[in-house]
Amino acid sequence: MAEKMELNEIEVWDGNHAAAQALRQAQVDVVAAYPITPSTPIVEGYGAFMANGYIDGEFVMVESEHAAMSGCVGASAAGGRVATATSSQGFMLMIEVLYQASGMRLPIVLNVVNRAVASPLNVRGDHGDMYAGRDSGWIQLDAFNAQEVYDLNLCAFKIGEDINVRLPVMVHQDGFTTSHTAQNIRPLSDDEAYAFVGDFKPVDEMLDFSKAVTYGAQTEEDWHYEHKAKQHRALMDSYTVIDRVFEEFEKKTGREYKRLETYMMDDAEVAIVALGATVETCILAAKQLREEEGIKAGVVAPRCIRPFPFNEMRDVLANVKAVATLDHSAPMGAMGMLYNEVAGAMVSTQDRPLITNFIYGLGGRDFSINEAKRIFREQKGHADVGYITTEIQQFSGLRGPKLGFYEMKRS
Amino acid sequence: MAITSIKNLKEFSTNNERLEGAHLLCPGCAHSMIVRELLNCTDDNLVVATNTGCLEVSTAVYPYTSWDTSWIHIGFENAATAAAGAEAMYKARKRKGTLKDPDAPVKFVAFGGDGSTYDIGFQWLSGAVERGHDFTYICLDNENYANTGGQRSSATPTGAHTSTAQAGRVSYGKKQKKKDMVAIMAAHGAPYVAQLSPNKWKSMAKGFQKALETEGPCFINTVSACTTEWKFDPKDTIHVTDLATDSLMFPIYEIINGTELNILYRPKNIIPVEEYLAAQGRYRHLFKPENRHVIDMIQKEVNEKWEYLQRREEARV
Repeated sequence: MAEKMELNEIEVWDGNHAAAQALRQAQVDVVAAYPITPSTPIVEGYGAFMANGYIDGEFVMVESEHAAMSGCVGASAAGGRVATATSSQGFMLMIEVLYQASGMRLPIVLNVVNRAVASPLNVRGDHGDMYAGRDSGWIQLDAFNAQEVYDLNLCAFKIGEDINVRLPVMVHQDGFTTSHTAQNIRPLSDDEAYAFVGDFKPVDEMLDFSKAVTYGAQTEEDWHYEHKAKQHRALMDSYTVIDRVFEEFEKKTGREYKRLETYMMDDAEVAIVALGATVETCILAAKQLREEEGIKAGVVAPRCIRPFPFNEMRDVLANVKAVATLDHSAPMGAMGMLYNEVAGAMVSTQDRPLITNFIYGLGGRDFSINEAKRIFREQKGHADVGYITTEIQQFSGLRGPKLGFYEMKRS
Repeated sequence: MAITSIKNLKEFSTNNERLEGAHLLCPGCAHSMIVRELLNCTDDNLVVATNTGCLEVSTAVYPYTSWDTSWIHIGFENAATAAAGAEAMYKARKRKGTLKDPDAPVKFVAFGGDGSTYDIGFQWLSGAVERGHDFTYICLDNENYANTGGQRSSATPTGAHTSTAQAGRVSYGKKQKKKDMVAIMAAHGAPYVAQLSPNKWKSMAKGFQKALETEGPCFINTVSACTTEWKFDPKDTIHVTDLATDSLMFPIYEIINGTELNILYRPKNIIPVEEYLAAQGRYRHLFKPENRHVIDMIQKEVNEKWEYLQRREEARV
């Protein structure tokens, strides 16, 4: 029996340690993992709990990230709680198995400590890995700080393992900015946390030999389409369970989560849509602009990247005049993902805002409050004249000549 | 652990059937003989993982399955890791008391073809064996990527024609040697490693049983004659396999704890490799006069390997 850990009401943890603690409290049965910066301390932290008797489960240190997720799939199909962590190149190596895990409807929890993707090699944070996973059939939750990493990990098990969901869940946090920055965390006690997550309930497990189960069958054109459509539907419908789990979590902790987080949006004239720790930068910028310059600025941040909160996005931006979508990933030949998702939601309304796209912070380049304020002001300019005066896609904080693409077509 | 009697082939072949006959393997394919021997040689519960390949695509096409036991396929390369993950979960749940039937013995088995064992899944297998998971990995070695139409793998022997190492006007087929997977797995320190063959069904069943009984990771390379890509008549599978073991192209032996080597079958009359090669279309080109030296080279290597195995057995190291 694993020993319980006495935690203080307020602990000082970084994002990685917060994730490791949540995995420990959820009493994960198998962690199969491989180290990679900046997610390594999650695995190391878990290893320390293991070495000191705080964990009853199995800790399998494999020889690659592909094997880490493969081991998680085998373990999950054997009917228990499974989790792991990775970043960047490790995430890329895992991708084949991410699709296999979701296709088999296995509720694995993966902590993705977001980091840029090579080449050139870079260990700092951007969302290149997060974006590469967005078609993989996983629920993707995004934490903007270490407290949220802890909270969302506990929620992730409860969401993914729900009988009406049965899908794997990623919890994203920004490499270094969140993963290595200590902050005050209010954890639940071990008992409270486990009571919230609940016991794992096996479904079609390989270790129940009263009924043979086949995992990972072959389907060709006769059935593949129906399988994938059903999987998409499960992901689209999972929002009801996500909302319910967030409500339960709020009742327990007072901490409120929504699939689409909004800040100062009630009367906002201009808005930024962003992900990750940048959300907090943008909130500070919006507050300052409201106080200093009277600009009605607000911030919108998908807590849930998949399933994408399409309706909520459309509703919250319906009365906004100009929106900047901030993508922390190299778009490579198109508009950024957030631009496309937001534009996709807004194109189904009559009164749609002017929407621009900023690429920023690739490979860990700093994104400042002042830059967020400059972007807000630029949107205010668009709102005032009624059209986009700049190129639609711009690169923020790039050295050398200004880089931008496309202009608004005005009839 | 409960092990079925293997005195009588007729009785053995009907015992504990867990691979249904209605599968899609080619007539004459040795895969199902090998797999059924494994499934029949134990009464324990089995969790079977299978790499992508002929066996997988022929036994689990939705909405059907041939597997009357727990079975999982993830990808081309990771059956060893799938079995390892399931085995880790078994240990965790046994400790925590969450298994439905905690006292029933369970064995973990992974199957892969030579492509997924010698090539693309090499690392996954190596990692799982190094970590010491309690499982048995069985390679169904038909010496080519048969599922995708007969490409060369690192298990394809010298001189064989494949679609990506072709025999032609200026080529005698594959130039490189076959990778010695049995030696590599023995070098991992695996407690039980063997090369077995379905024509010697009793020694194969005994070897499987030994592997299942041995705690820790075990590896068995099995000869799986491929009627489609080796190009012989489907009725001749066991005949061609007899030629393989009696020419010593496929010596039958085991290595215990990485050192103790035992030869499990000594042909009374060792036949020239030429007879084995002549029985298969994939070697037809070797019988042109200009390729005679390749047959001689193969014979020389077979002789040297047999000599090496005998010396190792004798030396007990």
